[in-house]
Amino acid sequence: MEFFAWCMIAAGFGMAIGSFGTGLGQGLAIKSAVEGVARNPGASGKIMTIMLIGLAMIESLAIYVFVVAMIILFANPFTDTVLQLLGK
Amino acid sequence: MIHPFLFLEWLEHQMHLHFGPHVTYTWLVMILLILVALLVKRNIQTIPSGLQNFFEPVVDGIDGMIEETMGPKGKVYFPLIATIAFFILTSNLIALIPGFYPPTANLNTNAAMALTVFAMTHIIGVKEHGIGYFKHFCGPVIWLAPLMVPIEIIGHLARPLSLTLRLFGNMYGHEIVLMIFFALVPFIVPLPMMLMGVLVAFIQTFVFMLLSMIYIAGSLEEAH
Repeated sequence: MEFFAWCMIAAGFGMAIGSFGTGLGQGLAIKSAVEGVARNPGASGKIMTIMLIGLAMIESLAIYVFVVAMIILFANPFTDTVLQLLGK
Repeated sequence: MIHPFLFLEWLEHQMHLHFGPHVTYTWLVMILLILVALLVKRNIQTIPSGLQNFFEPVVDGIDGMIEETMGPKGKVYFPLIATIAFFILTSNLIALIPGFYPPTANLNTNAAMALTVFAMTHIIGVKEHGIGYFKHFCGPVIWLAPLMVPIEIIGHLARPLSLTLRLFGNMYGHEIVLMIFFALVPFIVPLPMMLMGVLVAFIQTFVFMLLSMIYIAGSLEEAH
């Protein structure tokens, strides 16, 4: 049973660390974008497009962590082995 | 959100077939898009009215975006980009209707689209530059090639993976979040999350479209 507890902890901490870095990165990106728009409001359309692409790129890091967390929680390849070992 | 009752899955069950919901709902989206396209095509007028009024600015917008990102050479690839955009947007948005399953919340659908884009970039590259396309992989100076080729190959192989996982993670993650909110407080509280779902649907469509345009533009330009 300890195996599953550690799975939960791994998924939670992984997501936390992943979203920590992603949050910092996205904050920096938005900061620069807002500064750019404040200096030159005419370029807001172009800045918006580039910012959205950049945000999606950064966000995909958190998404990868999320996919790994989902694999750990719902599609763990070692579940069957552990359950067999527990049954013995 | 994955609704507990999916009507096409039920229909499939009645007919003793087994395709899986992502396939049947992909067909539904396809039928929907083809029907709307035929309806718009049937009476095109100089002075637009009804559906044509709605679709003219949308198609015009995509056309302008392609011109902006890929240049005049990219106009040929309008059908591919626009089809991907319409398909992803429709299948993201039907997720918000009860009884519908978004095909993009399944890895297989996204992998199919990402692999199509991946194959298209290289086919277009070879078509455009002939054998010289492989200079793209060799980097700026020829003696750097042994170092650059493995890096470039890994970079190119990461593209379909990241395209697939981004769309899948966003749609599936949004479903999981909605499900958890519904389990905790099944009243009012999930509503802002559903609003965010509409936003995510549009942004992810935009990002997928833009990235595939950038990839194709990358193989269109000359090697340096």
